[in-house]
Amino acid sequence: MTELLAFLMSYETLRFIWWLFLGVLLIGFAIMDGFDLGVGALLPWVARTDDERRVLINAIGPTWEGNQVWFILGGGAIFAAYPLIYSAAFSGFFVALILVLFALILRPVGFDYRSKLPHPQWRSMWDWGLFIGGFVPALVFGVAFGNLLQGVPFYFDDSLRVHYEGGLPGLLNPFGLLAGVVSLSMLVMQGAAFLLLKTVGHLRERAHRALGVAALVFALSFAGAGLWVGFGIDGYVLTAFAGTEAASNPVAKEVVRQTGAWFANFKATPVLWLVPLLAFTGAFGAWWLAARRPGVGFIASSVAVACTILTAGIAMFPFMMPSSLEPAHSLTVWDATSSLLTLRWMFWMTVLFLPLILFYTSWVFSVLRGPVTLEQVSDSHEHY
Amino acid sequence: MPDPLVVDLSRLQFAATAMYHFLFVPLTLGLSLMLAIMESVYVMTGKEIYKQMTKFWGKLFGINFALGVATGITMEFQFGTNWSYYSQYVGDIFGTPLAIEGLMAFFMESTFVGLFFFGWDKLSRVKHLMVTWLVALGSNFSALWILIANGWMQYPVGAEFNPETLRMEMSSFAEVFFNPVAQVKFVHTVSAGYATAACFVLGISAWYLLKGRHIAFAQRSFAIAAAFGLASVLSVITLGDESGYEIGHSQKVKLAAIEGMWETHQPPAPFTVVGMIDSENMKTDYAIEIPWIMGLIATRSVDKPITGIRDLVAEHEIKIRNGMQAYAALQQVRANPEDAGARARLMEHQADLGYGLLVKRYAPDVVDATDEQIAQAARDGIPPVGPLFWAFRIMVGAGFFMLGVFVLAIIATSRNTVLRQRWLLKLAVFTIPMPWIASEMGWFVAEVGRQPWTVAEILPTWISVSSLSVGDLIFSLGGFVLLYTALLVVEMYLMIKFARQGPDDPTPTGGADTPSLTSAQQA
Repeated sequence: MTELLAFLMSYETLRFIWWLFLGVLLIGFAIMDGFDLGVGALLPWVARTDDERRVLINAIGPTWEGNQVWFILGGGAIFAAYPLIYSAAFSGFFVALILVLFALILRPVGFDYRSKLPHPQWRSMWDWGLFIGGFVPALVFGVAFGNLLQGVPFYFDDSLRVHYEGGLPGLLNPFGLLAGVVSLSMLVMQGAAFLLLKTVGHLRERAHRALGVAALVFALSFAGAGLWVGFGIDGYVLTAFAGTEAASNPVAKEVVRQTGAWFANFKATPVLWLVPLLAFTGAFGAWWLAARRPGVGFIASSVAVACTILTAGIAMFPFMMPSSLEPAHSLTVWDATSSLLTLRWMFWMTVLFLPLILFYTSWVFSVLRGPVTLEQVSDSHEHY
Repeated sequence: MPDPLVVDLSRLQFAATAMYHFLFVPLTLGLSLMLAIMESVYVMTGKEIYKQMTKFWGKLFGINFALGVATGITMEFQFGTNWSYYSQYVGDIFGTPLAIEGLMAFFMESTFVGLFFFGWDKLSRVKHLMVTWLVALGSNFSALWILIANGWMQYPVGAEFNPETLRMEMSSFAEVFFNPVAQVKFVHTVSAGYATAACFVLGISAWYLLKGRHIAFAQRSFAIAAAFGLASVLSVITLGDESGYEIGHSQKVKLAAIEGMWETHQPPAPFTVVGMIDSENMKTDYAIEIPWIMGLIATRSVDKPITGIRDLVAEHEIKIRNGMQAYAALQQVRANPEDAGARARLMEHQADLGYGLLVKRYAPDVVDATDEQIAQAARDGIPPVGPLFWAFRIMVGAGFFMLGVFVLAIIATSRNTVLRQRWLLKLAVFTIPMPWIASEMGWFVAEVGRQPWTVAEILPTWISVSSLSVGDLIFSLGGFVLLYTALLVVEMYLMIKFARQGPDDPTPTGGADTPSLTSAQQA
């Protein structure tokens, strides 16, 4: 028991656990808030009349707020566990992240204010706000991931201040945009799969058609991105470093760039190929099952989402934010974390509270289960 | 070396986004608790009117909550986008309370808030009441962790510098959590939130009573707000005094600046009520003073001195010279980690390393700073005295004004004379903005009073920013100001519209157009 605890509480293990935890938070965000973003992006296309839009908005209205905390918590957890990545990534992707924040700011007000006044123009304005609040983050998160995979142009100076070269135009490269398509189609698929659970009639049929298109685009773009990563762009290889237990100094290592290196972990452990395979299977399953078994369809779509993120994480491991300017300054699992004490405290906090969060979130969803219908919203003051 | 304009714009952006955010937070804190109290009364007594109250004030709560969330998203990410050196230098400590806030508090608040609005028909009375309490609990826990984070910036305990990682690292979680500055600030801030909600409910209820509408509803709301408000504002003032004592030994510079206290005074020091601050010549003209009070507030004694600004500047010079030695030793340790002598020198002067960074602004290599540069940096160590002096007095004045209003309101309620005292009802309506003025001034004092540091005596503000361009800042600052201002206008419009509309009253009222007091008295 004490040996297990010693193993668990070692710097190496905790760093790996925190890599996993960040993955869990990112996946939690993509699964939970992902369907809210997807529904937002689908809002003008799936719903055409005012009441139809209210059905979609009320399908996610009571729960989106809690779902968004996966994103907020992701920000806080990365700050606490990987402060170097928090600092380098958010200042490096400055304009992109500010755009995402602008878009996300429109959501809380859009949901709450839209139906408070009857004017069609007022409502249309907030509908577009909710669309932007879903579409822009879903796209930009993918673009950011696409750039992480290619390496980001940053370096540290003598006092470990991070500097960055190139702005938003640099992010909008072909591979980055392709990754943006992957995440946008993935979250639209997730949103549509959720709508199959929460709507009936012709809205449900439209959502099903959207799901088919999104799943197809996702599968094609994910496959395309995979091939590109394998044969078109350079991965990074850690050739020498201070060790998994060393203090977090991000400039004390040697790194080389190599085409196809992002496949190395899969080649070393072939069973990992199951992860991207499951992403394809999940998308196919979502499309195949959603109409008859919407619950299973939603789970299949969630599996696709989780495995897509895992695929990118595994490909890059132990890198988290490679530097294209100074590969030796890349941030990895072993040299970008906070101190051992902080990781320990945050580990216990997470172990204590994450199950609690999952428990009460499930309870809230079970209270609110069942579809939202046109009849319910058309003469109700309780709904958005 | 960061561009000074980038530093100024980054500070402006943080101040603007934080102050916008704090327009909504206090009302959320207080109103969530008042909703829980109202609904508890409903569940215990079974009287429909308390359910109606919970729903009506809940609707206004929702309008406010939406913007609180919208402006809050920015805060969680802004340290990384605009203060990246800060984030990497102290993230090991500062990130922890932020992350725990998400895990323990914000998740709970946000998950249950939807059920508060949409769960009335889906939950039993007791379960819905539980949901409302969890929202209130979540928002209050949220404040706790945010103020632990902020308290650490004011009074950084439980952390030490690590030369290997070139950053501050946590040495004791308990010290960070039980930071006396943070604990006092927490209670002061949430009490201020309660007082804000009480003023809000009191003022709007008074307006209905003046208009002769929703009499029964408004009288009950008025009574709850008066009692809740009096308790809250007393707590705010007591805790404000307590934080004066805390500041007295943990943030001497801030205290001296707030008081415009240029010279070290023979104890017990007087409290300057008002005066003309002359920062140029370091003196306060035409001061009206009350003897002894400052000494009592800050030291709880009549014999301990409070250091004046001139002496603090002299202390800064000594600390800067120590800091320069620490900086020099740190460079030697970085070059040769085995150098035991350099390590010893670093350990000896480590506490003042931040002061070395303070002079780096004028002397990039630090170690070769001239006497003149040291003197300049030492004077930088004093925050702007005039604005702090006045902001503090406006905050305190607003606090005591609210205390007076709540006292009158509670007397009128207990004597059952509320409807007859139209002047009091009008006064209550005009008091609505007071808590917001006090809160904004309070944060101004807390944060400007911490300058020139982001983390007191450890990390100067100018060094904390990200390596951004002026163009980046114009884009983000401009965008936030435009977006927030537009949303604030929309929010105010909806808030006033729905407050005017009043609750869906099952009982007939005098109507909006007949502000007759006679009908009110009959009712």
